[in-house]
Amino acid sequence: MTVQFGVARTQPEVPLKSIHRIRFGILSPDTIRNMSVMEITTSQIYDEAGLPVRGGLMDRRLGVVEPGARCETCDNTHDACPGHFGHIELVKPVIHVEFAKYIFDILRSTCPHCGRIMLRNDEIAKYRERLERLSAKWKLLADNLVEKVKKRASERSTCPHCGMKRNKVKLERPYDFYEETENGALVKIDPEVVRERLERVPNEDLRLLGFDPSMARPEWAVLTVLPVPPPHVRPSIQLETGIRSEDDLTHKLIDIMRINEKLKIELEGGAPISVVESIWSLLQYHIATYFNNELPNVSIAKHRSGRPLKGLAQRLKGKEGRFRGSLSGKRVDFSARTVISPDPNLSINEVGVPIDVAKVLTYPERVNEWNIDRLRQLVMNGPETWPGANYVITPEGRRMDLRYVRDRKSLVDRIGPGWVVERHLQDGDVVLFNRQPSLHRMSIMAHLVKVLPGRTFRLHLAVCPPYNADFDGDEMNLHVPQNEEARAEARLLMLVQEHIVSPRYGGPIIGARQDFIIGAYLLTRKDTLLDREMVAYLLGAAKDVEGIEEPAIMHPTELWTGKQVMSMLLPRDFTWVQPTAFRSTCGDPATCLEDEYLVILNGFMASGVLDKKSIGAEQVDSLWHRIARDYPSGIARKWLDSALRVFLRYLDLVGYTIGIDSFDLPPEAYDEINGIIARGEERARKYMEEYLAKTLQPDPGYTVEETLENRMAIELSKVREDATRVVERHIDKRSEAYIMAKTGARGSLINLVQISGVLGQQTIRGERIKRGYRLRTLPHFEFSDIIGPEAGGFVKGNFKEGLGPVEYFFHAAAGRDGLIDTAVRTAQSGYMQRRLVNALQDVYVAYDGTVRFSNDAIVQFKYSDDFTDVSRSDHGKPVNIDQVIARVKQRG
Amino acid sequence: MSALKEVEPVLERLKGVLPLSLYRELVAKLSKEEMGREKALEVIYETLKLYVKALIDAGEAIGIVTAQSIGEPSTQMILRSFHFAGLREFSMALGLPRMIEIVDARRRPATPLMYVYLDEEHSKSREKAEEVAKRIQSVTLETLARSVDVDYLTFSIVVELDPEQLRYRDISTKQLEKVLAKVRGKGLEVEFDGNVVVFRLDTSDPVKLRKIRDKLLQTRISGIKNVRKTVVRQDEGTGEWYIITEGSNLEAVLQIEGVDPTRTYSNDLHEVAEVLGIEAARTLIANELKKVLDEQGLDVDMRHMFLVADAMTWTGRVRQIGRHGVAGKKESPLARAAFEVTVKNLVDAATKGESEVFKGVFENIIAGRYIPVGTGMVRILMEL
Repeated sequence: MTVQFGVARTQPEVPLKSIHRIRFGILSPDTIRNMSVMEITTSQIYDEAGLPVRGGLMDRRLGVVEPGARCETCDNTHDACPGHFGHIELVKPVIHVEFAKYIFDILRSTCPHCGRIMLRNDEIAKYRERLERLSAKWKLLADNLVEKVKKRASERSTCPHCGMKRNKVKLERPYDFYEETENGALVKIDPEVVRERLERVPNEDLRLLGFDPSMARPEWAVLTVLPVPPPHVRPSIQLETGIRSEDDLTHKLIDIMRINEKLKIELEGGAPISVVESIWSLLQYHIATYFNNELPNVSIAKHRSGRPLKGLAQRLKGKEGRFRGSLSGKRVDFSARTVISPDPNLSINEVGVPIDVAKVLTYPERVNEWNIDRLRQLVMNGPETWPGANYVITPEGRRMDLRYVRDRKSLVDRIGPGWVVERHLQDGDVVLFNRQPSLHRMSIMAHLVKVLPGRTFRLHLAVCPPYNADFDGDEMNLHVPQNEEARAEARLLMLVQEHIVSPRYGGPIIGARQDFIIGAYLLTRKDTLLDREMVAYLLGAAKDVEGIEEPAIMHPTELWTGKQVMSMLLPRDFTWVQPTAFRSTCGDPATCLEDEYLVILNGFMASGVLDKKSIGAEQVDSLWHRIARDYPSGIARKWLDSALRVFLRYLDLVGYTIGIDSFDLPPEAYDEINGIIARGEERARKYMEEYLAKTLQPDPGYTVEETLENRMAIELSKVREDATRVVERHIDKRSEAYIMAKTGARGSLINLVQISGVLGQQTIRGERIKRGYRLRTLPHFEFSDIIGPEAGGFVKGNFKEGLGPVEYFFHAAAGRDGLIDTAVRTAQSGYMQRRLVNALQDVYVAYDGTVRFSNDAIVQFKYSDDFTDVSRSDHGKPVNIDQVIARVKQRG
Repeated sequence: MSALKEVEPVLERLKGVLPLSLYRELVAKLSKEEMGREKALEVIYETLKLYVKALIDAGEAIGIVTAQSIGEPSTQMILRSFHFAGLREFSMALGLPRMIEIVDARRRPATPLMYVYLDEEHSKSREKAEEVAKRIQSVTLETLARSVDVDYLTFSIVVELDPEQLRYRDISTKQLEKVLAKVRGKGLEVEFDGNVVVFRLDTSDPVKLRKIRDKLLQTRISGIKNVRKTVVRQDEGTGEWYIITEGSNLEAVLQIEGVDPTRTYSNDLHEVAEVLGIEAARTLIANELKKVLDEQGLDVDMRHMFLVADAMTWTGRVRQIGRHGVAGKKESPLARAAFEVTVKNLVDAATKGESEVFKGVFENIIAGRYIPVGTGMVRILMEL
């Protein structure tokens, strides 16, 4: 039975080789002719029938890109024909623009008559010896020497070899050379003459001028024959209308061919020099813009539609160019992208993948005797049902698409060891998860798949900080490693749990945030007492907890404290003491009764509450930091998973909300705040009066105006600082908003003050508002040289009571300034980081502990003098000896 | 009994194994503890075990980790920080702009500063410190003048000196005469009459007269060139007095009496490299980077700063991180072309007949091969 299943993947007939080395150089005319399969002889490309003209730019001998046709040179179809170069014989030589500067360097440092470098023999010997010595090891110094030689040689005007007195050569950018005669007139040197002069320069002298004559003779930079790239490089596009549209390069080559033909005709017809010259220079223009269409002082060659044509240089250059866009940024298969949303019931190691995605992304699993039954079942399930499979590859390498296999049953029976099944993504598969911008290595981490219904990727909230993700519409990418080596590497090195500690500062970057913190705080507060049902519920959420402790209160009902629940989660050998956010007067953790210190002894939480400082993300020397560091990553991850689940479950039970009453302040507070505002303004006004009375003494180094502005700005910004203290004193300590701010879950005291106290001074570019009309910031104010508090953007109102119209305007203006600031900053820091990465990407730690560049140059003899990896350090220190001593003592 | 005594011979053997700072800390901590030999040995063993665990892996792409560790927090930096109330003597370049300035290794920083520390004698009191500050700050004739008149009839410039300024700056008339006497010649005569200095010219060109007037007023009477302003500050921690100057001239200030040349530095990388040497420049780069990040409250390990500083200075010169420095001077033509100025680099490589040997990360990505760092440095024995 010879039934063809699906698409068979063809083995490439072109032999594959790996690159060992690439040498750069200039193609000599002979090389160009030798590698060419044909000479382009006509500017026509298609005949009336729409077939390529022989000798035209789309000649079949150059290779074929359309399917079906066969290449006349290699007899391959489009998918195997690599394309073949052709060439154009130029009637008159032209300068290669990009090399104009190098040609100029040679022209002005060599003799036009004998072609020797303009240096005496003793100088040549001296420099040659030095250059040989340097170029072996010190490339940069050799470059400097070459520059010096060029300078020396170009300064001399009489040739020491033939005694000729030469004229000064000038380059008029981009490609015209002139000679300055004795009487000061400029005479053009045409490319033919340039070429002749360059030909005369001996190889040995070229070396001194920085050329490698074996790869690049300077006269080769004056083109006599132009290579024509195959159509693969410049494919034509068939539009829906059936009209063929040619590539920019083809257009440019047609132009070159036309002018070249015209020049030939004129020359053969014996046209006057002026006509020949003008056509010649047109040829020069077309060839120059073919290479680079963004030359200074050259009009840009345009398409018929007015769109600038893309030259060869434009293809390579810039972010979307060949180098940065195609060669270093590669496109991949087996990836997915969708919106993200939170799921606190996942592990931080996991990622929730929609079934629809799991049915498309596959992993090629090789059949063996242990997995054959499972894989047979998957193949039986087919591509439509999850878990299933999409393709099967036979041991001969034939790939079968299960969508088109009619009789799956018989296929399944044939499957045996050696076959490969491209099965759907399943729970537990390792995938890479990424969010852009990828600013650090934690922007791409490995997660374990959890296939879930829905259409979004789900991730745990605690991994938001490393990705800098939120759920306001963010999308993330997912990649599936395609072999066991890659999977093992991802699992061992890239899994989320291996990245809890950041290599930036040696502290946990993953940890509790927002709701978790509030939940943890509420749970561990002193007044939290839980009955058996609640405790069981919470411990159930935690999963694998050893057992339930004896309740703290036995009668009349059994009640457990929240701290007890926490204790049941903690490792038995864990001891840790740190101050909480509520620390005020207590000095000694051992005797403090007010929960001001978090005290954990051998896994027993004795006092304190949990807050951002102890379990939060990006907190060093905290409870969570100790767990993350002192236990293996798997244990730490498990602890975080279950502790966070408990905190959130508790928060679900008790509920948490804020209302407008969270921001209520007693009348006395408002009296005080109003007093502060009035006093601040008054002091500011006093400075204004002093200024007007000319009694204000300027600060050293400042003018009187600057002094006034400084003092006023200081006074007015102090108002909010003072008001913060008042609010802190008067606000209800049980206010939900206050608790959020204090525990570090969300918001800060400043937010509270701005909501219920006073908004304070608004700034644009770090200064009070000073722009607007002449002599006043808004028409609401009087004309004045000096800006009063209100006119300068001092906002007395607050969000709760509302702002005045002018206040509102200034607040909006300051808000916009902030947005602009952010936009500017991202661009600037992005570029800085690109440069840093580019400069340091080759730096690695060698096996001997030295830090080296990829060319073996040593940067550091001992990495950081102690070989310590920051991500394995304890906030930068290789070992926390205090902890070690404490632990040893604890063991008793 | 101190725990140290018990285990001294053991510690001695660890001296070359543990890094010096860690070793010293261990010794100091143990000497304070009261514990038996068993316990002390346990501490040492545990320390050693943890240290080995903290060691960096061979092949770690530490360059990229470093670049990211500095680049990532810089996105969080505030571009224009709110001015620190009260302490605004200098409009210092802060935050991201200063950071870019450092990695760019600019010839001159936007605000050149010097931190001048003083010797025993002068660092104790404000008066003594100000004495030194006076010697450092450059004083021009303009600062000393109360009024300046240009007399277009007799072609002379009359400068009336401010005796108060003279006294404050500690400049005697004699000293002034001596300096100004040097200006004489070139058809210029100087006459002193109490607090009035008269300059007589033999030209009758009013334009030239004005030019000379401006030049005269900028004549430096005392102090150091380029130092425009000095501020005396007290260190909050040690209580010692030191001087911050706006404008930098390290070479001159180190020779001033009362200055402690071992601690005084400038924020100008190239100047420090020239005056104090490349190692000083390296330390300065690291410290300045750290300072910028600390000011913004961003926690970045010092190791990263030092690696950046080393990459910038290992050749013995201060090189920028960018197209004219570390990144632009790589050996691989492809890596250079891919970074910036693509065409120029390719053309340059062509004339020199350069070779691409695929040693670096970038080139190997282009060629579609494993990169020569991390797990790309090793192969597994059995293909899976």
